[in-house]
Formats: sequence, structure tokens, C-alpha cells
Amino acid sequence: MTERPGGYRLGIDVGGTNTDAVILDADLHLVAKYKASTSADIVGGISDAMAAVLNSSGVPAAAIERVMLGTTHATNAVLQRRDLARVAVIRIGGPATKSVPPMWTWPDDLRQVVSAGETIIDGGFEFNGVEQVPFDEDQLTEFLDLLANSPSGPPDAFAISSVFAPVSDAHEQRAAELVGQRFPDSTISLSSAIGSIGLIERENATVLNGTLTTVARSIVNGLNAALTDHGMDAELFFAQNDGTLMAIDRVLQFPVLTIGSGPANSMRGAAHLSGLSEAIVVDVGGTSTDIGVLASGFPRESAVPVEIGGVRTNFRMPDLLAVALGGGTVVTEDDSSDHGVKIGPASVGHRLDTEALCFGGSTLTLSDAANVGGRASFGTNSDIGLSSDLAARSLSEVDDMFESGIDRMKLSRSDQPVIAVGGGSVLLPSELAGASEIVRPDNFDVANAIGAAIASVSAEIDKLFELTDGSRDAVIEQAKSEAIDAAIATGSDPDATEIISLEELTMAYMTDNVLRLRIKAAGPLR
Amino acid sequence: MGAAVFGAGGGGDPLIGSLMAGKAIADHGPARLVDLDELDDDDLILPAAMVGAPTVMGEKFLSGDEGSRIRERIENELGRKVAAYSSAELGGVNGVIPVTWAAIDGLPIADCDLMGRAFPELQMTTAVLAGVDINPVVMTDERGNIVSFKTCTPEWAEALVRTVVGAMGGEASMCLYPMTVAQAKEAAVPRSMSRAIEVGRLLLEADDDPVGALCQAVDGFALVTGKVVDVDRQTTEGFAKGSAVIEGVGPDSDRLLRMEFQNENAVLIEDGKVLASVPDIITAVDIHTARPIVTEQLRYGQRVSIVALPCDPVWRSEKALALAGPQAFGYDISYVPVEEIHD
Repeated sequence: MTERPGGYRLGIDVGGTNTDAVILDADLHLVAKYKASTSADIVGGISDAMAAVLNSSGVPAAAIERVMLGTTHATNAVLQRRDLARVAVIRIGGPATKSVPPMWTWPDDLRQVVSAGETIIDGGFEFNGVEQVPFDEDQLTEFLDLLANSPSGPPDAFAISSVFAPVSDAHEQRAAELVGQRFPDSTISLSSAIGSIGLIERENATVLNGTLTTVARSIVNGLNAALTDHGMDAELFFAQNDGTLMAIDRVLQFPVLTIGSGPANSMRGAAHLSGLSEAIVVDVGGTSTDIGVLASGFPRESAVPVEIGGVRTNFRMPDLLAVALGGGTVVTEDDSSDHGVKIGPASVGHRLDTEALCFGGSTLTLSDAANVGGRASFGTNSDIGLSSDLAARSLSEVDDMFESGIDRMKLSRSDQPVIAVGGGSVLLPSELAGASEIVRPDNFDVANAIGAAIASVSAEIDKLFELTDGSRDAVIEQAKSEAIDAAIATGSDPDATEIISLEELTMAYMTDNVLRLRIKAAGPLR
Repeated sequence: MGAAVFGAGGGGDPLIGSLMAGKAIADHGPARLVDLDELDDDDLILPAAMVGAPTVMGEKFLSGDEGSRIRERIENELGRKVAAYSSAELGGVNGVIPVTWAAIDGLPIADCDLMGRAFPELQMTTAVLAGVDINPVVMTDERGNIVSFKTCTPEWAEALVRTVVGAMGGEASMCLYPMTVAQAKEAAVPRSMSRAIEVGRLLLEADDDPVGALCQAVDGFALVTGKVVDVDRQTTEGFAKGSAVIEGVGPDSDRLLRMEFQNENAVLIEDGKVLASVPDIITAVDIHTARPIVTEQLRYGQRVSIVALPCDPVWRSEKALALAGPQAFGYDISYVPVEEIHD
């Protein structure tokens, strides 16, 4: 890594419950950490966390050279239909695809807030890059005329998608040019830069991206102001959902990619803290546990489409299994189950420190069972009157739930190491079926903020290639170098950029063999 | 989704199929499903299908007027009106394609199909068993290209259709085996659409033991509950061929099964013993919801139940087994009905 001497990094992770901040030195060792409840004013909360962690570290603000942020802003904006930009949606794919128009699958209320108009224009490509039909510029001009005369004013953003844009983006590029001439103040999102094969999901992700451009700008402005306030002259990066980083200009262009960065950060943090690159990560919070898989040090991605606020997308998300298990999970006796107890799914959540028995409350939680069972020493109240039998039965049930979740996520039949992170990870026992060992790294409670701070930058390609005899190897090599070039363009160090995943998918019903390759390259920031 | 249960892992992703049908119904009102007995014997039925790679269908789905275009072409060629659409095969996409086209055209859907399940090749139909001609075959794409042809044998149709699909960009809409209601009474699997709808409804509503409820509804057998531990897929001769290995969990621990597929699931094997084979229907379903998982979506770690259900009895004659039995798929095994293996 080509760090300047003395270059510190400040990593922040804004989660649903907690905002965590860490400072790492140039060798990526932890210097200071800070944890607070996430406040309603998220940017204010981030600013406070920055000040607090700076203060406790003793590192001068000017020595912080990079700030990495993972945040739930974008998710919240969609879920709460707040601060969303109005998007004009252009699909280039007619006469095909008219049977399901843009945003047809969206929840009505979200569509109303987001859509400034939708159209399908003739154009698009076949899987092999041949034009399906020529791009009809007149149809686009007509739609732009309509928008220009709209009583609600020009749209804030445009989302442009075309059929098989991952194979050829020529029509999207031409449309962007025409839109840019007419509406120079609107942002433009292209599906070819955002999603993979699967038009509806890619188009949805592109519209979501368009609608998040306003909120992205306000976070970036807020953070830049916070950096100035604290006397930091640092480069700002945002974590994205695949566990890698993007620079500010990319955040403003692709805010949708920040959705789901939290779990990815904690998995990357777990990899860094443990030094393992092939492992299961179990991240236990107050309410739930996320179980994911590290492959080559990165989260394995989900193969099934992911929904955000009721909208189906196909962009990159870690493949996670969420289990209702956390420090605040409520325990009740239940004769019908194996161990005579029922674990969750209810949780006291962030009220753990008032409602759990060990904090003087009246609800039996897993934190209490962990205390009595000797796994933890939570809270203030040691004499809670919980029988060791009930605690043991609760923990046996918990172990079964962990084992079943780990087994479901495992990549191979052999035992794998399990890395325990998150504030509630003391719930894990020292041995579990399916786990070759349970690794508990130092500073496991701020793995997510560390994950943001240490992350690499990456790029991905997902394209169809036509194969002729013997061309397979050459095609794969070409695709790999395309992926590496894309990562370098994103900021990765050219000397250390490597392929981190390569997926090969074949297609049925084709006379010629067609190869679909999804390849990702990543490397440290240069 | 019900159709996808009978799709035996093939027949396309139910999502894009149901979106297209849902939009057509929202715009044009629902299509009416009618029993063959409600139609006149002389009425013409048009079995509809999409052919192509599911990946292409997810990118370049229908324009919406493909059905009307095919119908008009057939009406011109045969010199008579089409009275109803029907399904050519039950599957995630092809089970609902006739719904889309019937809704748009305001025509009813005849409650039947030509397979009672999904099969990979065009000649594997009950129409061939009953001697109904596949011709004329009409294919169209979203641009309005129409290809209409007559073939010597259904096997030739299979070869020509693949070539046209390639030229049309990896996907096409088509009709085949146009027939009268009188012919359909002999040559189609009756009431298969309503059966698929019932099963789909059951899957949406079932909350307690959906897999059990599914088996009960279709006279099926849950042959193993386990985890997919390996999926091997390759494209040969235009098919997604391969196999999935399922390792038993819970009461099925220590069992290891292999499911071979050729677009559709073809045989299920344990310790060299055949647990089920074509033409019986083998479908992987989600362990918790009993929702079918098509072969393209099978992947490591999924918890599945493998459910096998008897095919329509028409598939069990010697002639039918020669067309779509294990040997037609290249397996050197003799067919034993699934209910006899697991009685």
C-alpha cells in the first residue's frame, strides 16, 4: 500500500442502532474507537462521532488523510420516501418489453413520489451486441418536449435503461447526450453502469439511483462541512454494498450502491481483524444475527434478486442469512420445543439496558442467559434469579440456531472457521458443529467501521460473449483485463489490482455457445 | 407458480411470466379459462409458447402483440378464426403465456396443455401420441418478423425452431399443433391449467407444512429433504444439461441423491437406485414454502425438498415412453411409475 507516512484513516459506520467510528494508523492498526446510538440527525451524529474519536485518539485532525463512511442514509430515504429526487424514466427497448412498462412492479406510493414520467423508446440490443432495432431519436425528443412543458417543472434526474445495455451501452450513451443537451441541470443515471443482466431489476436499480442523487448530494455536502469544522483535510470515500469503496464523484453518480454497505463492512472488517479470507462470518447485534460467507476476503454475493423498499433490484449485495438472534432477544419457556424454550423472534432491541434482567429490568433475554451460562458478563445486576438449567437450555437452543444457519451458508461440506463479530457475538459458544474453530478477533465490536476504513476499491463487469471454437480462454482473458481496467479507473492501485471473482454462466436454447461472465477486480487505494 | 411445479425445473422463470400476464390482465381484464366441453368440437385452439433462453427472456420480454400476430397469421393460413388459446406446456413462463395473449385478444383459454408438464423438445407432446400434426408452425419476434413453416416431422420442427430462435435473438413466440376442440379432447391433457392454478393458490395460502400439502394435492412424494451441495451445469446441443447433488438433512441425514436435468429434471438417483424418472415430474421446491425452484436457479446451500409426482397416464404407454421416457433422454433404465417405487 502506498500510504504517505503518518497517514491516518477514520472509518465510520452508521447502522440502524449504532454509529461507530474508528481511527486506524497507516499500518491499519486500531488507534481509537467510539460507539454511540444513531441519532435522528444522521449527519450531526456522524460529526459528533468524528469529534469524539479524534478526541480520544490524540491524533491531530490534520493527520487524518482519508475518511471512509458506510451509511444507511440511502436505505432510509427509500423506506421513508424522504428527500427523493423526481426521476424521468426512459427505457430503450421497444417494440420489445412493452408488455411490462417501467416501474410497473413498484409500490404505488413510491412510484408516485419518484416518477416524473416514463416512456419506452424503440432501440436496444440483442445478446450478441447486434442492434435489436435502431434507436428512435424522434421518440425521445417527443418525451423530452412533454417533460419540458410539464407543470411540475423539469425532472431532477433521468434514469436511462436499454435492452442488453450490459452488452452494448451505445443507445444509452446517445440518449444521455440528447437528455444532457435539453436538461443540463438534471443528473443522468445509465443502467449499463449500475446493474447486470435482467432488465426489470437493472432498470429499477437505475431509477432508485436517480432518486437518491439528491440525498447523496446533501450527505456529501454535510460531511465536507463536518470535515472542515473539525479541521480535517481528508479525502472522503463511501463504502458500497460489495465491501469496497468509491470516491465522492462516484457516490454522487451511483448513490444506490451504498445500500447494504453495513453487512459488507462488517464482513470485510472481520476478514481484516482475523486475517482469514475464507470463512463464515457471524455478526451478532442486539436484535438479529447476519451470517455471511467470505470468499477470497470478500462477501459472497447473493444469487437471487434483492428487494429494497419493495423494489426488486439485481445489483450487488452480500448473500446473508438473517436470524432473529441477538443480545436483546427475548427468551420464553415453551414445552413444545426441543429444549423447552422459545428464542425470539421478539427483542428488547436498544432498550436492552433498561429492560433486560441483568440491567434491572423484567424481561428474560439472551444476554441474561449468556451471563448465567458463563459466556458473558453483561449489565449491572448479577443476581437475577435465573436458573442455570433454563440458561443452559436457552443456550443449547441458540447453538442449534447458529449451527443450522452456518450449515445453510457454508460453501463446502468440510468444516470452516467461523469469525464472531458484533456487540452480541459473546453469545457464540467456543465450539459449534460445522465450525473448524471460532475466531474472536480483538475489537470485534467495531468490525463494521474498521471494514469501511480498510476497504479496497473495485469494479465489476457482467457481459455475454459469443464463443467460437477454442476462443473460450481468450474471451475470459479479455474479460479479466476489462475488469482490471475498470477497477483501476475507480482508483485501485494498478500494481495491486487483481481479479477477486469470476463467474461463468451458460445459456440454454442457443445454437452458438454463449458465455456469460461476471468478473470483479479490486485492489487497495492508490 | 403452480405451473412451475409441473414444469419439473424447466419452462422458465415464473416471475417474468406472471408480470406479463398481470399487466395484460390489468389493461384488458382477465382471460376466461374454459373447459373443453364449453367449446364447440369444431372450434380452433391455438397452443402458445415462448422458446428461448430464460436469460434473454429476462432482458427482452414481450412487446405484447406477439400473440395477436401469430393468431392472425394462422387464421389467414387456415382460413378460419381461432376460438381459444391454450398452453403448449406447463411451466413458469409457458403456463402463463396463453393468459397474456388471451387477455390481450379477449379470447378464452382452453383448460388443457400438450404435455401435462414441461419437456425440452417440441415432439415430446401428447399431440404427437394422438397423431395431431404440428403444422403450421408460426414463430414471431418483437419486431414483427414472422416465420411460418411446415415440417416433415416434429423432430424437424425442433431443429428449425432452434435455428429461428437463434436468428431472432435468442427468444421467440410461437404456436404449434393448432387443433380443433374435438382433436384436443383426444390429444391434450385436460384441465391441467385449472390444476396448476389450484396448486399455485395452495402454495400462496399454505402456512403449515406446505410441502406436505403440495404432495397431498398432486399425489406426489417428497423423496428427500436436504441441501443442494453441488450443481454442475453445461450447455450441450442447446440444452442446459447437468446434475445437482442433494445431501439429506434432519431425518434424511446420511442420504445423498443426484438429480440429473436436461432443461427439465429427468432422473433422481440414490445409491444407484432410481427414485423417479421421466416422464414422471421431478421438481425441487423450497423446504419452507414448497415454492418450485427452476433448474437455472438451483445453487449450493439451498434447502430443498425433491417432490416427484405421477405424470399424466397418457405418458405411460410403450409408445409414449419411447418418445419421452428415460431412454429418450439417453438413460439406460426402464421406467417404473413413481407411485410403484414409493408405495
